[in-house]
Amino acid sequence: MTASPDTPAPPPGSLSGLPRVLRLIGGTSLSLAITILGLLLVTFIIGRVVPIDPVLAIVGERATTAQYEATRLALGLDEPMWKQFAIYVGNAVQGDLGQSLRTKREVSADIIRYFPATLELATLATLFGVLVGVPAGVLAATRPGTWVDQVVRIVGLMGYSMPVFWLGLLALLVFYGILGWVGGPGRLDAGFSMMFELDVQQRTGMILIDTALAGEWAMFRNAISHIILPSAVLGYTSMAYISRMTRSFMMNELGQEYITTARVKGMPEWRVVWVHALKNVMVPLITVIALSYAYLLEGSVLTETIFAWPGLGSYITDALFAADMPAVLGGTVVVGVVFVTLNMASDLLYRLVDPRAR
Amino acid sequence: MTLLSVKDLRVTFDTEAGKVEAVRGVSFSLGRERLGIVGESGSGKTMTGRSVLRLIRPPGRIEATEMVFDGTDLMAASEREMRALRGQRIAMVMQDPKYSLNPVMKVGAQLTEGLRLRDGMSAKAAREKAIEALEAVQIRGPERVMEAYPHELSGGMGQRVMIAMMLIPNPDLLIADEPTSALDVTVQAEVLSILDGLVRDRGMGLIFISHDLRLVGRFCDRVLVMYKGRVVEELEAKNLMQAQHPYTQGLLNCLPRIGGSRAPLPGLDRAAEWAE
Repeated sequence: MTASPDTPAPPPGSLSGLPRVLRLIGGTSLSLAITILGLLLVTFIIGRVVPIDPVLAIVGERATTAQYEATRLALGLDEPMWKQFAIYVGNAVQGDLGQSLRTKREVSADIIRYFPATLELATLATLFGVLVGVPAGVLAATRPGTWVDQVVRIVGLMGYSMPVFWLGLLALLVFYGILGWVGGPGRLDAGFSMMFELDVQQRTGMILIDTALAGEWAMFRNAISHIILPSAVLGYTSMAYISRMTRSFMMNELGQEYITTARVKGMPEWRVVWVHALKNVMVPLITVIALSYAYLLEGSVLTETIFAWPGLGSYITDALFAADMPAVLGGTVVVGVVFVTLNMASDLLYRLVDPRAR
Repeated sequence: MTLLSVKDLRVTFDTEAGKVEAVRGVSFSLGRERLGIVGESGSGKTMTGRSVLRLIRPPGRIEATEMVFDGTDLMAASEREMRALRGQRIAMVMQDPKYSLNPVMKVGAQLTEGLRLRDGMSAKAAREKAIEALEAVQIRGPERVMEAYPHELSGGMGQRVMIAMMLIPNPDLLIADEPTSALDVTVQAEVLSILDGLVRDRGMGLIFISHDLRLVGRFCDRVLVMYKGRVVEELEAKNLMQAQHPYTQGLLNCLPRIGGSRAPLPGLDRAAEWAE
């Protein structure tokens, strides 16, 4: 925007800027709602077109016609399509995603049990990816062509190209099987697992947080020893991605004119790179980090399988093998909502970091 | 008294396609006066200016038989000594404030960081000094500008902020690299007169880099005309109209005059032997 030379626009963050922020959040929520409605439409249609008869799946093959018909009416399958969809959306909004055929529990109750495990794992993995990936990318960008750059590139390339199931097995073999430094598969040792279920108040479902809140430090340490390996394996992939993107964003920023300005002012190199340039790198990097976090939150089936991690990925996979459509679709809706929400959050965060986008 | 003396300055870029010489043996010296460097795009004038600060990015290389600033050998100085010079004694204003100010930092933070970080000033003292500097470049309402981000400023305003920022440490030498080329014609004169006043009052040396020969002629004491990395002519600004070199004459004649003939302007001659 152009202002006349002596009257700058009111700085953002002042009162006059407030309605804009509210409008922004309002607009974001609206598009969030529309996206989720679209998502529900897709899962609804999938539920109707897959060649699995939902009634038969419940009553079983030996049911009588009368039983079959009663269940069909109970499920509302005699209603017109649009009404079925309206009921589906209404239920979903209230958190009712139907009943799982396999576990006989509410799908939403199942997901509340399984999702925290994935959340815990994905968060730790992303933390690892950011804390290692960003500095590595910055170091590589400031020393292009040197051995540092080569090491970051090769380590990153390995993260990209090594299949995660193989890396996971290898890590288990070395650090658990041979060296015995860490706990094995599962979220806790068997003994602790029972104690956690019975004795610890489960406020969040995330073991690290719940045990810390309860002051169960032995259990906390055990949980750490279990989560460290799968989160490192998952985090390695996201670290590889983040470090590469950081390197390329940083190279771009270091060629900008404001960097020369900072140097003309006599700023030390660390400040030029880690303050002046990095603040600008964070703008595009937020999207990259949010996407990689969202990707991990969908539950990584392979990692969860190898580490016997009872997360969302393995829940949906198990449901799929059992032809448990309500659970599959309910899980899909949750994954979709998480993904869309994170995208929106990164959009909002992006505007916070970049004053030009406000 | 000589402030800066440069002899046989060369800037070379080793690219995959071979060596590219942006500056090829430029020599000049400068007291507390205004030296203009004029030339077309790619003549090496910007590279010459940045060499003095030793801010040529690799793969660029700077060579010179002599480059001395007020007794300090710039070619031998450590990076640490260069940083001290850059912050305090040599400053540079660049072409476009849209790119030369950090887009995600508030103007105030950019103005005060040198004072706070290097001079260890308190936040309050640094702020006061920065506001003074903004007032010196005739910005009204400096408190509001301190809180603004660069994109909220107009071009003329941004360039004044840039000048204020560079003059805070009271440097002995200011390099102004096309400081008004990116601005609207109406604000160019304003920014120039602010720059002119400050340089005059504080008695600093100025290297004014521009492609506009007439502007440089009005503004400077002495003019270097560069062509393909070499100085083809050096002359007193007041003798500009008596320029001998055909390239300088070409630069003078390629500008239209208000009320002058509407015949097509003569193209610029570029004889290869001038570059020898």
